[in-house]
Amino acid sequence: MITFDLDRAPLRELNQSLHDAAGEGDRRWRIVNPRGRHNIAVGMTQALEVEVAGHAGYYCGGMNQNAAITICGHAGQGVAENIISGRVRVKGNASQSAAASGRGGLVVIEGDAGARCGISMKGVDIVVGGSVDHMSAFLAQAGTLVVCGDAGPDLGDSIYEAVIFVGGQVGSLGADCIEKEMTAAHRGKLEGLLAQAGIDADASAFRRFGSARKLYNFHVDHAGEY
Amino acid sequence: MCGIVGIFLKNQALAPVLGRLLQGMLLEMADRGPDSAGFAVYRRPVPPGSVKLSLYATTSTVQWQQIGTDAEAAFGVPALIVHRDRHALLSLGTEAAALSAWMASAYPDVSIIGIGSEIEVYKEVGHPASVAEHFQLAGLDGGHGIGHTRMATESAVTVRHSHPFAAGLDICLVHNGSLSNHNDLRRRLARRGMSFQTDNDSEVAAAYLADRLGAGLSLREALITAGSDLDGFFTFAVGTADGFAVARDAIACKPAVLAETEDWVAMASEYRAIATLPDADDARVWEPKAGEVYCWSRA
Repeated sequence: MITFDLDRAPLRELNQSLHDAAGEGDRRWRIVNPRGRHNIAVGMTQALEVEVAGHAGYYCGGMNQNAAITICGHAGQGVAENIISGRVRVKGNASQSAAASGRGGLVVIEGDAGARCGISMKGVDIVVGGSVDHMSAFLAQAGTLVVCGDAGPDLGDSIYEAVIFVGGQVGSLGADCIEKEMTAAHRGKLEGLLAQAGIDADASAFRRFGSARKLYNFHVDHAGEY
Repeated sequence: MCGIVGIFLKNQALAPVLGRLLQGMLLEMADRGPDSAGFAVYRRPVPPGSVKLSLYATTSTVQWQQIGTDAEAAFGVPALIVHRDRHALLSLGTEAAALSAWMASAYPDVSIIGIGSEIEVYKEVGHPASVAEHFQLAGLDGGHGIGHTRMATESAVTVRHSHPFAAGLDICLVHNGSLSNHNDLRRRLARRGMSFQTDNDSEVAAAYLADRLGAGLSLREALITAGSDLDGFFTFAVGTADGFAVARDAIACKPAVLAETEDWVAMASEYRAIATLPDADDARVWEPKAGEVYCWSRA
């Protein structure tokens, strides 16, 4: 394992080293003394295992491709923002806008996530072991948001074709977001995601939410308006 | 953008280093607010029946010792005045309202920026590092404190526009955000007898809290009603005689993070300010919820 101490070398050097770590060699990195610094391990393209030993600042793991990043503490705003592939795991809680606009990969938050979790998600799968605050999955286009605890107000506002599973209570649903039938296929998908995330939760207790498709689809009843 | 910080000691063994801890947090937030800075430290209460004023003079010709002498003559009790440049602390054995009324009448060029039995408020323009050094923050002891680094967006960069703003006895507020109905609210509060020193929106928030507390609401209740009466964005940290409170508006687009260990509770705009505290790596860290009020006190 390669250890990189952010008290001894600057962040840019860390990120450049991670970007350059191609080919053979040790694939496991441990970043010590993160101290809430922003932009740790952003723009990864190499299939490395990166452990952040402490609390991270904004945008940790942003734009990730291929890497498996574990934050052993709290993650600040925009963790795994625009993730493309790979995995980002937060062992503590996360601030706002976790996995915002993520296109692929898996983001696991073992604790709670703040507001706007999965805002404008475009294909990422997100599993939150705890609860999420308001406006989560706002404008969510594709992918899956799993919330094992409660969801705050206005869940899934203006949602497109993303899927939301909630195990606890929902504060309120946003515009055009409705509860949908939980079929065996959906339960199977949820069980698969929980297993991938390593989170122990009873899939049968979850409800499914998605788009009523009245907000973004043209509706024939409105033809006379044009 | 601005930066706000707060620390509340649960372990009083840390009281001698409170100022050093607060300074570490404040300086980490300097790039969020490099134009001015301020802080309130709760320390060394005056005896019952006495009051401690934090004063700021708008003119450089202020004669602090003369103010102390005049106050002694006016109230017939000893006054203690400790000054540094344009700032001073005045302690006197009388009622807070009587002393502040006398100050406003006798020395209209001197602003009261903090009032109570424990609170001491210091604020100045310039980089937070130079402000902290100017007031020797690192050497101050105390039980808790809050601080602010300012990047002005809607009013002038002066000491009087800087945070914290006094909001009643031993109460002050720091604010990250902007209020859009502050002019209307200022007029309403002025009609109810509140006075204002600036056109700053955060001063209105402080006056609003003072007004609601004066009407009998608890601090928690006042911060909850602030959520509906104040239009705009805010994360507030409020210092009180025995603790501090944190509140966010319902949209919560201004950042805030809370952390707690066995020894302290801390809040900051960003975790990196909290990371400067002892044992921060082991703290429980979480984001305060939108529209919720968090309070800590020794009571």
